[in-house]
Amino acid sequence: MDALDAIFVTLKHLVVGWFPALLQPWISALISIGAILAIFPLLFGLTTVLERKALARIQNRPGPNRVGPAGFLQFVADGIKSLTKEDIVPRAADRVVHFLAPLVVVIPPLLAFAVLPVGRNMVALDLRETGLLFFLMVGTAVELGVFMAGWSSHNKYSLLGAMRALAQLLSYELPLLLSTVPVVMLTGSLSLVGIVEKQSVVHGGFLMGWNLFTPWGAAGAVLFFIAAIAEANRSPFDLPEAESEIVAGYFTEYSGFKFALFFLGEYLGLFAVSGLGITLFLGGWLPPFSFLAWIPSWLWFFGKLAGLMVVFIWLRGTLPRLRMDQLMRFAWQFLLPMALVNLLVAGLWHFTSPWPVALRWLLGGAVLAAPYLMFNRAFERRHPQRTYRYVS
Amino acid sequence: MSLPFALLAGLILGGALAAVTCRARVHAGLFLALSLVGLALVFLRLDAEFIGFVQILVYVGAVAVLIVFAILLTRGAENPWERLGNSPGFGILLAVAVFSLLAWALTSASFPKASETAAALTVRGVGDRLMREYVLPLQAIGLLLTAALIGAAVIALPAPTNPTNPPTDPESQ
Repeated sequence: MDALDAIFVTLKHLVVGWFPALLQPWISALISIGAILAIFPLLFGLTTVLERKALARIQNRPGPNRVGPAGFLQFVADGIKSLTKEDIVPRAADRVVHFLAPLVVVIPPLLAFAVLPVGRNMVALDLRETGLLFFLMVGTAVELGVFMAGWSSHNKYSLLGAMRALAQLLSYELPLLLSTVPVVMLTGSLSLVGIVEKQSVVHGGFLMGWNLFTPWGAAGAVLFFIAAIAEANRSPFDLPEAESEIVAGYFTEYSGFKFALFFLGEYLGLFAVSGLGITLFLGGWLPPFSFLAWIPSWLWFFGKLAGLMVVFIWLRGTLPRLRMDQLMRFAWQFLLPMALVNLLVAGLWHFTSPWPVALRWLLGGAVLAAPYLMFNRAFERRHPQRTYRYVS
Repeated sequence: MSLPFALLAGLILGGALAAVTCRARVHAGLFLALSLVGLALVFLRLDAEFIGFVQILVYVGAVAVLIVFAILLTRGAENPWERLGNSPGFGILLAVAVFSLLAWALTSASFPKASETAAALTVRGVGDRLMREYVLPLQAIGLLLTAALIGAAVIALPAPTNPTNPPTDPESQ
């Protein structure tokens, strides 16, 4: 089974071995880059088909079912279509910025995949000191790309979308960053590989030490994934695009392949931030139970990624879009304070390590539940249950 | 001066020059972001990963985005020919004053020669220093930023139009 687990690593070593020693570092880097460029866009294609089929099921219609087996080659047809479509640039647009914006949106998520460990010894760039920081840094560049797209299009809807996107991305970046801090505190490392390795302890003979299985980890994971959905502009936080209000937001004026690039960038960002969530909270490439360790590590990572995608598609199909003020209030008055409380819980968990586990859980749960109930109470006082009167 | 450093210096200086001379404000903001990315690359070339990444995280991710956001929210962003000020004299004076102050500080400061201890400074070391030696300055900066945040929130609050009936609608905040 170890051979299957390490199959990609072995293959890479084999191929690198064919070249002279001088070229080997370059070939190694090229193979890693090639793998990232091949796998994640392919995953994007499959996810779009899956998403369209799932949404169709939720909305009681068949969805794409013509191209290829059960419609699963639909993304190839879409890709060819977007490649051959005319690329229209508005006359009033700022041509250079308009051209650069899709690139600024697509390249950062691709860079982010470099530091994600997708399996045992399977990471393109192992930044021992600053892995997480690199990932977060790369994520911030997307904001500028979204702004460039919306501003350069010279279109009201695009500008509105860009402003919504900037406000949303800036607001949700804070809870996203703060919810990753407890993991760094308790691991004592910014290295994503180190964070996964730290979770490989086994509790009670079978349960793995995922960060999810601690009070701060569970709360942090919930906060992280809410903020991650908002950062990825996914429904119910898809105000920057909101097809029914502002057409497509910041990329209204994009057509053909540039439009496809925005689409690609959005999904790559979603994969990247989900991968980070898996690494930080869901044990990375580790199995949940130690007796499942015979399944290859890379299968665990991509399985978890696929599971998260299913949850995100399900959320998109079932939740209505938030209003702007609800969005802002949720970020600043709920997510941010809860993320700060979670820091306290992580500290308590660290300093009560000699206590019995049940007592530590009780303490952490109580410290989390008290402010949660308080925020809930305050919200309900301000917004009593709406009553509707229907015209009879 | 090596070729990569020359390229980076060209990127930084070119971006900064374009940021100052560009008539369109949004372009100026984007050029500033480019210049800051160049600066981060210089840090990376000096093996200061932490500072380099934080530079991009803070300056490109937050400061540059805030600048373009502010440009968006102020009127006249669509008029590229409008000048910010009429007389360049004051600006030149200010630039010369800042430059000479920085140059004086840099030339009079004594830098320790590159040694083994400098290379061994890790992120953990930075955190340790901040939490032990420099904890007071850190707290002072935190207090300052909190005060600024509260001030901004107070300015952004809508003024109560009717003193007997202040707006209680949270939607307007």
